[in-house]
Amino acid sequence: MIDIKKYDKELLMDMLEKMVLIRRFEEKAAQSYGLRKIGGFLHLYIGEEAVAVGAIQNLNLSKDYVLTTYRDHGHALACGLTPNSLMAELYGKITGCSKGKGGSMHFFDEKKHFYGGNGIVGAHIPIAAGVGLKIKYLKEDGVVLCFFGDGAIHQGSFHETLNMTKIWEIPVIFICENNQYGMGTDFKRVSSIQDFSIMAGSYGMYGEQVNGMNILEVYDTVKKSIEKAKNGIPVLLEAKTYRYKGHSASDPAKYRSKDELEKYKSQDPILILKNEMIKNNLLKEEEFEDIDIKCKKIAKEAADYAEKSDEPDLNELYTDILI
Amino acid sequence: MKITMREAIRAAIDEEMEKDTNIILMGEEVGQYNGAYKVSQGLLDKYTDKRILDTPITEEGFAGIGIGAAMAGLRPIVEFMTFNFSIQAMDQIINNAAKMLYMSGGQLKVPIVFRGPNGPAEFLGSQHSQALQTFFFHTPGLKVMAPSTPEDAKGMLKTAIRDDNPVIFLEGEMMYSWEGEVPENEYLIPFGKAIKRTEGSDITIISYSKPMKTVLETNEKLKELNINAEIIDLRSLRPLDEETIYESVKKTNRVVIVDESWPNASVASHIGWLIHKNVFDYLDAPVELVTSEDVPMPYNHKLELHAQPTVEKILNAVKKVMYI
Ligand SMILES: Cc1ncc(C[n+]2csc(CCOP(=O)(O)OP(=O)(O)O)c2C)c(N)n1
Repeated sequence: MIDIKKYDKELLMDMLEKMVLIRRFEEKAAQSYGLRKIGGFLHLYIGEEAVAVGAIQNLNLSKDYVLTTYRDHGHALACGLTPNSLMAELYGKITGCSKGKGGSMHFFDEKKHFYGGNGIVGAHIPIAAGVGLKIKYLKEDGVVLCFFGDGAIHQGSFHETLNMTKIWEIPVIFICENNQYGMGTDFKRVSSIQDFSIMAGSYGMYGEQVNGMNILEVYDTVKKSIEKAKNGIPVLLEAKTYRYKGHSASDPAKYRSKDELEKYKSQDPILILKNEMIKNNLLKEEEFEDIDIKCKKIAKEAADYAEKSDEPDLNELYTDILI
Repeated sequence: MKITMREAIRAAIDEEMEKDTNIILMGEEVGQYNGAYKVSQGLLDKYTDKRILDTPITEEGFAGIGIGAAMAGLRPIVEFMTFNFSIQAMDQIINNAAKMLYMSGGQLKVPIVFRGPNGPAEFLGSQHSQALQTFFFHTPGLKVMAPSTPEDAKGMLKTAIRDDNPVIFLEGEMMYSWEGEVPENEYLIPFGKAIKRTEGSDITIISYSKPMKTVLETNEKLKELNINAEIIDLRSLRPLDEETIYESVKKTNRVVIVDESWPNASVASHIGWLIHKNVFDYLDAPVELVTSEDVPMPYNHKLELHAQPTVEKILNAVKKVMYI
């Protein structure tokens, strides 16, 4: 067990609050989806918060970058995109982070170095390495975190990219968020191996499995990995995690048992950190309540903001295609 | 018998699999999950995982495996969860499936069907909502079908499955729950046979797949205007039933083509060119196209609806062609 006392209280509070914000934001989004204010796919990240927050907490987004999949709400919030701009995007409003043209799967913020938000499984993995190539080329000090699911790890794009990342010593950390399922498919049914981190060995990279429900473990492992990546050894991490909801808001998730879900809920990433902090006198139950109330309020305000925002003009249909 | 598009497609697969044990179905979620759009519901129970293969999310890989299996004698039906993801398999489809017979001097045939949802859906954004038929239509060595009713879907898919060529079978993503009458007895609908949905003498409207519904809705408005439209549903894009098109143009002398794919170098623009080339003398006005706007699909619903063919757009095109 990691000794929680070695961390700044401020850091711990920050990470706890970010995880709670993601959870409350997504619960609100799910509610709006239920009211048909948000349409299409809504892939919730609930249960996986420790992976994005723990990893991204290590970054300096003035020089580091983040790329992820369509399950991007958590990563975007962890990167500091505002709940208002994200909720507005879900509502398809002009005030959204992608002007309402992207939707849930396509959050972007160029200034915050959040390069998406990609709807095609595996398609952003080479893109992440390309961003890393720029860092290397310009001799910058940054690193790229590339998040993807267990479903993406079998794709050619993944294997092609790892090879190039290694031969060109590109500073990327690939983080496979293994939430156990790719849609309705248990990863064990479609994977020749079950510890994905060993795939790093095929490319002479560093690989490690980490408990994605424990934010401190994620935080430490990514910190260590950043050092390696910056020194020419790209890293593949497999974060073992779990999504509480179905693949998307319309999936009843009948392919898994209630017991399994309950088992994971009992090791909830927010609860793990909260309990550990309380046990070590770093947090009081009332303080946690305050955080929770605050995050619920932020989420509600984001929905109100989205609601009140304008739709894009019709002429937005033809803008942003070419410069 | 009234059934949905989804049931019609399933029935075609089921009936053909029952007859020919060389047919297999493969793709993401086709087995245990019963298909992302529930097209393959129940087929795993009936045919076991020997014939219903759940694949990893590896479009290029499983499309290629399907092609290899087809070259060696199996008859795979490969489901793309949606055709949006077939783009990852484009190399296998274009460079291997489409060209194998030709490159091998006629030795190696590739009896495979690639099928799944195609075309715009709702609120899904640019990567998940697009009509990709033109990419396949462009490629020699492929056959391309796109039904607009359950009856057509069943008869056309059975033909596709029995065909010894690679067939791209496009199902409108929004169409799976559409209902329609389907004959009880077995029937096949051949390649290259369009169908007239209405007979008319004032104008020819050519379309296929999901936009047929919008065309038929528009026709109600045209009737109010006393415009007598002849509506042609292409059904099969490659081969294309040029005869039915020309015959109709000779009668009506005016044409609107409705296609939800992008306008440039598209199915619609190609047909427009064919008409100008082959029956130019019969035209009383230039052919009009109503296509998707020339933009990636936006997420915002208002914009997304505006990006696609609408009743209003078709109506305007008809008026333009009729100079009214
Ligand atoms: C190339 C491609 N094929 C199929 C899909 C459809 N699809 C979307 S998400 C998904 C499952 C992905 O699972 P995983 O990578 O484990 O990520 P998770 O959703 O579990 O976070 C599939 C099959 C897609 N978006 N892109």
